[in-house]
Amino acid sequence: MKIKSKLPCRMTNGKTPRQAYLAKRRNDKILVLTLQIGILAAFIGLWELAATLGWIDSFIMSCPSRIVKTLSSFAAAEIFKHIGYTLLECVIGFIIASGLGTLIAVLLWRFTKLRRVSEPYIIVLNALPKIALGPIIIIWVGAGMQAITVMTVLICIIVTIISVLNAFMTVDPGKILLLRSMGATKLQILTKLILPANIPALVNMLKINVGLAWVGTIMGEYLVSTAGLGYLIIYGSQVFKMDLVMSSTVILCILAAAMYLAVAGVEKLTKKRYMTD
Amino acid sequence: MALLALDRVDLIYQTEESETEAVRELSVTVDEGEFIALVGPSGCGKTTLLSMIAGLISPTHGKVTVDGAEVTAASGNVGYMLQRDNLFEWRTIEQNVMLGLSVQKKLTPENKAYAVNMLDKYGLGEFRNAFPSQLSGGMRQRAALIRTLAFKPKLLLLDEPFSAVDFQTRMTVCDDVYSIIKSEGKTAVLVTHDISEAVSMADRIIVLTKRPATVKTIFKIDIDAPTPLKRRENPRFSEWFDRVWKEVSK
Repeated sequence: MKIKSKLPCRMTNGKTPRQAYLAKRRNDKILVLTLQIGILAAFIGLWELAATLGWIDSFIMSCPSRIVKTLSSFAAAEIFKHIGYTLLECVIGFIIASGLGTLIAVLLWRFTKLRRVSEPYIIVLNALPKIALGPIIIIWVGAGMQAITVMTVLICIIVTIISVLNAFMTVDPGKILLLRSMGATKLQILTKLILPANIPALVNMLKINVGLAWVGTIMGEYLVSTAGLGYLIIYGSQVFKMDLVMSSTVILCILAAAMYLAVAGVEKLTKKRYMTD
Repeated sequence: MALLALDRVDLIYQTEESETEAVRELSVTVDEGEFIALVGPSGCGKTTLLSMIAGLISPTHGKVTVDGAEVTAASGNVGYMLQRDNLFEWRTIEQNVMLGLSVQKKLTPENKAYAVNMLDKYGLGEFRNAFPSQLSGGMRQRAALIRTLAFKPKLLLLDEPFSAVDFQTRMTVCDDVYSIIKSEGKTAVLVTHDISEAVSMADRIIVLTKRPATVKTIFKIDIDAPTPLKRRENPRFSEWFDRVWKEVSK
């Protein structure tokens, strides 16, 4: 809430209490940011130092300068091809899993019988390590991008269904009763209450899925791929090019962070309106 | 003709463990414009009774009619106000008030104007575009009432509407709600465990027995005062309070 007029006050150290508070907030922020950057810089610096001084074997451990060298030695087209593959698999898997998972959660919310019947199956699928299905997926959909995307979807979708359905089921029964007393249909209850009330839960689901989608994609690429960052990592480790492994991992970090930030942006957009009590 | 009629209504509900007889052979009629309070020992099935009148559950035997027609939730004849205001936090006050109209697909310009006019009339005009979290408990309750009135139900059901409001604002909210209902000329059935609330608001108080609920006594409250607060100040208030209280706890 904004203050309409400036509050009357005494000054301490030439600052109003408001200014003092804001200055403290700003200083805290600067401190946190400095520490965050500092830790990264120290980590990189120490790593490089340890490699130069021979504390660690840079052939096995790699080091920042070698990573930079590896990255710059790549043909741009080559590296972007790998990034493109991985990103595409991940994003498509993420979108399908989030969308389809939510849709299934809606159906399970709507049809009680369906929910009851499917319960044991969902529990088993949730407990099952999806990576075990890898070979089956490859045989069924063929090796390549489609297999990796399916793996990504499988890893994300069960958790999506469970978490979204769970959120749907915990909507205040009083609000449902209110809508029913107005004569609302199930569809109206869904669109006017269940979905808007669960925007925070849905955004949260997206945040979890960002992480899981990367797990699925990289796992899938480990199993079967001819391109992509996961492929580079596996290939690099097989031919003992640790610089390649580390470089790919760094790129992966950056991509994962970017995707997380995108979802965090969506969260910020929704937060103002959908903060529920 | 009576606006609301319950004709020898039974309600037995079933769970896996047991069956419970909640209401037995209950008959009540409420005339248009009346304010009725239902009181009774706790757990006697008052809320169940309201759910039946709202058309949310159907009686096992007997008939519930509103304005001569058997009641269904979809008819939009009955407005139900619950214990908590249940305003949707993501909707503005105006959007909240329009909820019933939009559910019933009655968002015509006249209906909208009627609702907005009520907001203005009852002191919420400047909060039209505010979100519920920016309103006080009393204001939220008023908004919830206007939401219920907006789709022009013939009958209002109030299920302990003041129990979630803190004690200090309770009396004034009670006054507000009462005067809004009266000035809109609505028929209302109030369920409460607070006997003083019942005595201060109702034209008639229906005392229910413990489960299975049936009508024990009906009191016609004849305190001549324009508002609940004024009734509470009337010397005959405590006399009525005692009579009803003794009847409930007997």
